[in-house]
Amino acid sequence: MRDVAQGPLLDLSGLEAWYGESHILHGVDMNVRRGEVVCLLGRNGAGKSTTLRSIMGIVGKRKGSVKFEGVETISMASDRIARLGLAFCPEERAIFSSLDVKENLLLPPQVKPGGLSLDQIFELFPNLKERLSSQGTKLSGGEQQMLAIGRILRTGAQLLLLDEPTEGLAPVIIQQIGVTIRKLKEQGFTILLVEQNFRFAATLADRYYVMEHGKIIDSFANSELEANMEKLHDYLGV
Amino acid sequence: MAAVAHSPSAARDASHRRDEMIAFAIMAILLAIAPLFAYPVFLMQAICFALYACAFNLLLGYVGLLSFGHAMFMGSASYFSAHIAKVWGWPPELAIIAATLGAAAIGVVTGALSIRRQGIYFAMVTLALSQMIYFFCLQAPFTHGEDGIQGVPQGRMFGLFDLSHQMTLYFVVLGIFLLAFLFIHRIINSPFGDVLKAIRENEPRAISLGYKADQYKLAAFVLSAALAGLAGATKALVSQNASLTDVHWSMSGEAVLMVLVGGLGTIFGPVVGAFVIIAMQNYLASYGQLVTIMQGLIFVVCVLVFRRGIVGEIAHRFNKSL
Amino acid sequence: MIQILGISSQALFGQLLLGLINGAFYALLSLGLAVIFGMLNIVNFAHGALYMVGAFCAYFLLNWFGIGYWPALLIAPLVVGLFGVIIERTMLQRLAGLDHLYGLLLTFGVALIVQGVFQYQYGSSGLPYEIPDSLKGGRNLGFMYLPNYRAWVVIFSLVVCLATWYVIEKTKLGAYLRAATENPTIVRAFGVNVPLMITLTYGFGVALAALAGVLAAPINQVRPLMGADFIIVVFAVVVIGGMGSIMGSILTGFLLGLIEGLTKVFYPEASNTVVFVIMAIVLLIKPAGLFGRTA
Repeated sequence: MRDVAQGPLLDLSGLEAWYGESHILHGVDMNVRRGEVVCLLGRNGAGKSTTLRSIMGIVGKRKGSVKFEGVETISMASDRIARLGLAFCPEERAIFSSLDVKENLLLPPQVKPGGLSLDQIFELFPNLKERLSSQGTKLSGGEQQMLAIGRILRTGAQLLLLDEPTEGLAPVIIQQIGVTIRKLKEQGFTILLVEQNFRFAATLADRYYVMEHGKIIDSFANSELEANMEKLHDYLGV
Repeated sequence: MAAVAHSPSAARDASHRRDEMIAFAIMAILLAIAPLFAYPVFLMQAICFALYACAFNLLLGYVGLLSFGHAMFMGSASYFSAHIAKVWGWPPELAIIAATLGAAAIGVVTGALSIRRQGIYFAMVTLALSQMIYFFCLQAPFTHGEDGIQGVPQGRMFGLFDLSHQMTLYFVVLGIFLLAFLFIHRIINSPFGDVLKAIRENEPRAISLGYKADQYKLAAFVLSAALAGLAGATKALVSQNASLTDVHWSMSGEAVLMVLVGGLGTIFGPVVGAFVIIAMQNYLASYGQLVTIMQGLIFVVCVLVFRRGIVGEIAHRFNKSL
Repeated sequence: MIQILGISSQALFGQLLLGLINGAFYALLSLGLAVIFGMLNIVNFAHGALYMVGAFCAYFLLNWFGIGYWPALLIAPLVVGLFGVIIERTMLQRLAGLDHLYGLLLTFGVALIVQGVFQYQYGSSGLPYEIPDSLKGGRNLGFMYLPNYRAWVVIFSLVVCLATWYVIEKTKLGAYLRAATENPTIVRAFGVNVPLMITLTYGFGVALAALAGVLAAPINQVRPLMGADFIIVVFAVVVIGGMGSIMGSILTGFLLGLIEGLTKVFYPEASNTVVFVIMAIVLLIKPAGLFGRTA
């Protein structure tokens, strides 16, 4: 394996993004190191989801720099970006209704060696195994989320971009997803997480970035969390 | 629910009105003196097609409905007026009015069916319905099949104007066109027209504001059908015949082409487009299928690099509404 | 001679067979339209013209290169498919993000050009294309005479349609296709080259049209306008069936062919228009089409 431990796995600098005419990101600077779980916090509309989508190259237009393992991706199409070893689990989950669960699970192609096997995925999400032949959108919200995460684990991508994986789910399921993310970290995945649910994020993340108006306005490590609590409440308005 | 969407400020509105009135006056003068420079027969043909294209544009440009079947209105009205003038011996004004009403009636039936689908399905449905009318005209005895209705008498308009006199005919045709043009202009700028534009921009929103979008769409469809019928009825008197060409799908395509070339959703674009296309057809007439190939090429070029059309491009350059 | 409702069984089944053959062409063409519509969101107005080009390909292969029917069945769709790939890459791709109606207008223009060029060169009359020797003749089934070539066309079309259905609904490749039809952005973000899939889908769709053209060449003559009126009927078939379902397209195609055949027997005056009348009725009763998913 190539030694890239020197620099960060993912490095954004001055990232700007547009949807049509509207300018959403105004220069985002952040990085994610190999093996970390980094959480992006911020109020609704701060640009968190857009940041993830810009990293994947699925916004209208983007500018600045997004480096993955030192490779500049800013002018790449999203399929080439994915093939570098990034995988994206969108907020809306994007389960395909014309595919059954198995087809959904097997859809994303392998981009790198070293992904999880189907059995390993079923170990994380036993529910999926029982529902393989159901239509994708017949699953419950929680199962859909498991499927959306599960299907990107096979591909060999090292960096997982998870957009609000707990949104709208029951506490039991949120807990299960938390356990899963911890296991994934243990297995060596690097994770960039967008979360509204701060309580949930606090149990997982190594570092935090806080966004407002399309920019990073603060960042701190998990160890500094207590000291930053008050500021954070301010930022998030909780 | 008085005002729909956002209407531009009164001052801008007034300046647009003025531009449009000036442009209309220029067009009317140009067409009035045109017979000094070009063959009246060609001009009358082009004027009829200009009206046909304007009628089509009312639907595509202002309601966003792409009909691929407008030949059925143009063609059937030309059969109606030819038959009425020749077989029933009615005077030309009544033949034209009756034929226009006939086209409107076909518009009611076909419109009620086709507005049940949207977008490309609407285009396919109108095309299919018009093909049905084509086969009907091919088989119905009164249309005389492949021969068409020949030697249609032109008669006296209101008992006064002898239409067999070419310049009289020309100014009657021009008069019909200018009146119809003003009528279309009036529709577009009326509250009714504003609702149509609102439906084009965002149909669900217009519906949620309480407008019965389907009724508005149908009304626009019938108006467009009637005006296309008026063009066909007039054309039958000009050319003194009605034939299958007018009801064939390629005639529907020509309406689309003229509007695309002239400028989709512009008021004067269809007129310019019609003159350009008819001039090209006359010029290339002796080269057989070259006309079809040229039309295809124009379609492709317009869609790829010239989507504003001639008038749209001019309006864009000078920031005017034309 | 056997009589059914006052019609000889020979005439009845003969017309039904003709209807079935037309139905096979409707199915092949509307299947291609549905596949293209799913991925590109356009109605391919050039479909009829490319059906015609398929037939001409077979004619050229035979008369210029001495290549017969069987190789033509493979070569013509490949040639037309390649032509489709070029159309997609050079023109359709540039319409991304515009109103879907522009795709319709563009392909209409392409149809005019292609048909115009062939008419310019070959006029409007038909060119003969012989039935291959191995399929000449026929057999008497007692109630009707069954020409071998016609039986072959029906069976082969059915096989091609079902194979297409199988690939789309039951294979991994088909899963990509279905997923990209639903949400191309996400499929692409998984690392799939969606633009390439779109190009190949268009190529495949028009190759099906060309295949239908080759099959039609020995039955109808090879004419520059053979696809022009035909495609309008296919559009009506597509409106009746709805483009949401692959199996729906196939069934509707064969069914309407049969109905058309029956009409030829019992009320020949309406045989040209029966499909359009059915379309009008379906629009009244079920506007989304028999197999349509959304209104």
